[in-house]
Amino acid sequence: MSVAEAIFYLLGGLAIGSAVLAISAPNPVASLLFVVLAFFALAGLFVTLDAHFLAAIQILVYAGAILVLFLFVIMLLNLGSALPREWLAPPPVLILATAAGAAFLLVLFFVGYRGLSVAAPLPGALPAAAPAVSGTTEAVGLALFRDFLLPFEVTSLLLLVAMVGAVVLAKRER
Amino acid sequence: MVPVSHYLTLSAILFAVGVLGVLTRRNAIIVFLAVEIMLSAVNLAFVALSRASGNLDGQVMVFFTITVAAAEAAVGLAIIVAMFRRRETVDIASFNVLKG
Repeated sequence: MSVAEAIFYLLGGLAIGSAVLAISAPNPVASLLFVVLAFFALAGLFVTLDAHFLAAIQILVYAGAILVLFLFVIMLLNLGSALPREWLAPPPVLILATAAGAAFLLVLFFVGYRGLSVAAPLPGALPAAAPAVSGTTEAVGLALFRDFLLPFEVTSLLLLVAMVGAVVLAKRER
Repeated sequence: MVPVSHYLTLSAILFAVGVLGVLTRRNAIIVFLAVEIMLSAVNLAFVALSRASGNLDGQVMVFFTITVAAAEAAVGLAIIVAMFRRRETVDIASFNVLKG
């Protein structure tokens, strides 16, 4: 096993383990801290994929800003303890749907692995010898402000709408 | 070199964990956290495929996904605060004011 594989399995295991703990922890604060851990592992995985800018954004914006907003709300609402009857009892149709979805996913991966293992690429998909891309700030910034300028500007509108909406929703009614 | 299919498998597992959280938890904040896990799983698939295809578009898309996640978290948490003020709980089973 090479070093790259060892790092991948370490970070991947960390991400899955902390995600499972996050959705099973009874305390919302513990759950949130496990999500932060999972996001740090994902940032490490982004680094292994040469997406350095996104790794920094993942930690700064996602773990640093969005999850701290969650933490503020948990503290604000004073939700120290778990709810009574925390777990939903799944109806039988949900169990059936989960089983069907898992079976579909298994089939998809079986077919996908066989498709990826042969020498020829998938039809209409990836070029055989992909040029190496490096997600530095410069490269991502050039793509963002040259090819995706209009979506980027529309994003600012989305953030404005979200900001106004959050203020209107959370304001005390009088 | 780790093949891209391993990254996609990891992404699918993380997404499934997020779906499980959304379906089984009653605490609305933990449901939102599970949605964030699902968004991050998709981000991982975007970055892995961006790397595999030698194209930066996937990474730009992740940038937009994070922006949308921020907007969604702000509005969603505002809704939770407003509902908590009305119901004194964050149990999603009690959020039924739109039920006919």
